[in-house]
Amino acid sequence: MTDKIEVNFTVNGQPRTVRVEPRRTLGDALREDCGLTGTHLGCEHGVCGACTVLLDDAPVRSCLMFAVQAEGARVRTVEGLADGDVLHPLQQAFWDHHGLQCGFCTPGFLMLAVGVLEREPDIGEAELREALSSNLCRCTGYQNILKSVLAAAAQMRK
Amino acid sequence: MSLIGRSVRRLEDRPLLVGAGKFAADIRAPDMLTMRVVRSPIAFGWLTGFNLDEAFAHPETVAIWTGADVADIPPIGFRLTPVPGLEPYRQPVLAQEYVRYVGEPIALVFAADPYTAEDIADLVVPEIEPMAPCLDPTAPPSEFAPGLDTEAALITKAYGDLDAAFADAHAVVELELICGRHSGVPLETRGAIAVPDMASGILRMYGAAKVPHFNRQTIETMLGLPPGGIHLHEGHVGGGFGIRGELYPEDVLACAAALRLGRPVKWIEDRYEHLMTANQSRGQVHRVRAAVDERGFILGLDDEFWFDQGAYIRTHGVTVPDLTAAMLPGAYVVPAYRSVGHVRLTNKTPCGTYRAPGRFEGSFVRERLVDAIADRLGLDPIEVRRINFIPKTALPFRRNLETLGTDIVYDTGDYAGMLDKFLHSIGWEALRANAARRRQQGELVGLGLGFFVEKSGLGPFDDVRIVLESDGRIEVVTGAASLGQGVETVMAQICADGLGTGIDPIRVIHGQTDRIARGLGAFASRVTVMTGAAVTMAAEKLRHEMLAVAGRLLQTAPELLSVAGDRVIVNDAPDGPSLALAAVAQAAGGEIAAEATFTTPHMTYPYGVHVAQIRVERDSCAVVVERFFVGYDIGRAVNPMLVEGQILGGAVQGIGAALMEEFVYDDAGQPLSVTFADYLMPTIAEVPPIEVALFEDAPTPLNPLGVKGAGEAGINAVGAAIAAAVDDALGRPGAVRQLPITPSRLHALLRQKD
Repeated sequence: MTDKIEVNFTVNGQPRTVRVEPRRTLGDALREDCGLTGTHLGCEHGVCGACTVLLDDAPVRSCLMFAVQAEGARVRTVEGLADGDVLHPLQQAFWDHHGLQCGFCTPGFLMLAVGVLEREPDIGEAELREALSSNLCRCTGYQNILKSVLAAAAQMRK
Repeated sequence: MSLIGRSVRRLEDRPLLVGAGKFAADIRAPDMLTMRVVRSPIAFGWLTGFNLDEAFAHPETVAIWTGADVADIPPIGFRLTPVPGLEPYRQPVLAQEYVRYVGEPIALVFAADPYTAEDIADLVVPEIEPMAPCLDPTAPPSEFAPGLDTEAALITKAYGDLDAAFADAHAVVELELICGRHSGVPLETRGAIAVPDMASGILRMYGAAKVPHFNRQTIETMLGLPPGGIHLHEGHVGGGFGIRGELYPEDVLACAAALRLGRPVKWIEDRYEHLMTANQSRGQVHRVRAAVDERGFILGLDDEFWFDQGAYIRTHGVTVPDLTAAMLPGAYVVPAYRSVGHVRLTNKTPCGTYRAPGRFEGSFVRERLVDAIADRLGLDPIEVRRINFIPKTALPFRRNLETLGTDIVYDTGDYAGMLDKFLHSIGWEALRANAARRRQQGELVGLGLGFFVEKSGLGPFDDVRIVLESDGRIEVVTGAASLGQGVETVMAQICADGLGTGIDPIRVIHGQTDRIARGLGAFASRVTVMTGAAVTMAAEKLRHEMLAVAGRLLQTAPELLSVAGDRVIVNDAPDGPSLALAAVAQAAGGEIAAEATFTTPHMTYPYGVHVAQIRVERDSCAVVVERFFVGYDIGRAVNPMLVEGQILGGAVQGIGAALMEEFVYDDAGQPLSVTFADYLMPTIAEVPPIEVALFEDAPTPLNPLGVKGAGEAGINAVGAAIAAAVDDALGRPGAVRQLPITPSRLHALLRQKD
């Protein structure tokens, strides 16, 4: 399994070329080959969602995809959310509403929520709960994550 | 205005929000090797050898180690609660003669690339002669090793005249109760990155957590390093809950490998490994009986329990059974008591502590028992609790038991008063009426309650050093640790409050063994109590010193000065002459430092109550938690938002423990819960609105701030409350005897009725 393949995609708007084994996951390629360690690997079997990134604007598990499958795609990770020193409304809301404790699941929840709110800015609370049940958090008990996302949604609609 | 009691936003959040956190897997070093652990596929067997031919033949193999290569490294010892006779049950860093659980480290593979290291590990073939595993902790003890059986210890805690209590009893109520094996399961798996520095001769280990100073000293001893030969560094830690940060075989092995191979070594556990090797907890079977009078007052409580320790005794010694026995009586008088705990080795993953160790289990047992007493005597369960509460006037209350090397003395509290206040605040009677009405309409709806006494602030000491630097910044250095609970913010609030500054110039350093000589870390809900008290004392000293220096510069008596924000001002003339803190530090030669040590022989005892409202779905046999309420007296909350965050997170872990989470093993000892598809943790879909009522009616005199701990309040009695709620929904008191209440167990209960 040592033959490497060249893969081209953009990450947070920047073109990237990586040479990876076909079996390398997108999560590992982002972390190890692109140096973007904000995407976290919590289970590597697609349940916890800590590794969620946006692939052509859709939230995906980067542990369940091979990097080669991202050829030509637009990938967005947590590192690309803030605009310089100005946090994205979701980042700001997580801070304001204590939506994180250890912070390990946070990048995955942020990217999941960005994907959901961009697609459906007026999403109702019940549907939002359903969408957020994709990811696991072990610290917060979710209540403040929900509060954060609802607050950010209101902010983003302004 | 004091910063204590304010819900300020956390100092630690920004890097975590922008993806700049440094968790274990994010650490890299040049020329780094991956360590991959080969694990036993057999629960119990004789390890006769290995076939390593293919593994060595792989072109990218750097090294392969088996037990013989590390036979000189002693087994891992005990950090807490050792009792005589436990030594033979310690875990070797790699299996030597026997394998004792599936997942036990038996060999190591080193290669540069992690994917390749995993390939090579697949080529390592262990030769194991399987033996019959011991899986039932209640079975008669069997042989662990020649001359040693599987009962490693017997924990007995008792006081009062139990025989007289049972002789005088109006009634005796007996129960057998089972608490399932589950654990903390932090979202970040374990990891250790050992980096040798050839120039200084110091080995640095990253990925440390919870108790870096203890682990540093232990690794030094185990590897025969000189004092100061290794330093541990805690980066961001993705949750701990008691299980992460204890010293495990892999931590020691990564350090040994880095030293012997002369290269940085990185070990990152995958989730499959985590679910069969990191500490598990909670597996207990209790046979409990109570002698009661006609009012339901407990005259005597007699408990015998079996603790499913797993394959070895790890760093916690007998902490979990010790706490179980010591804290089981809870908030009740219980004039005569005995608890006998059998610590039983089984061929499963070894156990340690998990958030509220011994209390989640003990509260389940005690509160189930109180509910059973009420049912037997036809009394209201709330009333039976009131009859049994230790009265406010009896506090401080000496329990005549000890745990973790301390005498249990409940310091402050008003249990009956708090329960009344809480039930009033949640509208208990209206909730009951509503549940009864819905039951009449055919729904299976119920309410359950659990009352508990927690413990927090385990000593015996904590050191803090605070430095005002020449640029006006303030550094607080502690031996505490952060697992994501908000240590930096809380310590900065306490420091700022003591100094009179804001929190912005304050940096809090924790978990770095090269920055402070000793430290106890973060466990037992101790940091806000112990480290917070030391910060209070050190800040007071530093403020005096700052004002003395400023007084000389301003030619004003120090008592006429105060600190306001980043300046020292004259009290009577806020617009008059003042000095920047930076200038004060510069005038003192560049910095001003103060150190303090807080010591205490006693823990402090917060208390609380949980109420669950649940609905049983007949078709799916699911238990839906509709609402959950927590009342908790914390003495004094430094940051109520963070306290509430601790409680919310704990409560949801408790819901998982009560309904979903269980490590299941088959008859051969094979673990069946090794993915997140098998080990089910709550998502937001399983979590109801949780309402937290914080009380500050019983501050403690045991520390300068009056604070008690928050970490374990959310989870303590969740199992008890949900079990009672399911009973209530089914209209069958005492129906729930076992946690978790999975759909299949509930199905069996519903069938029994039919």
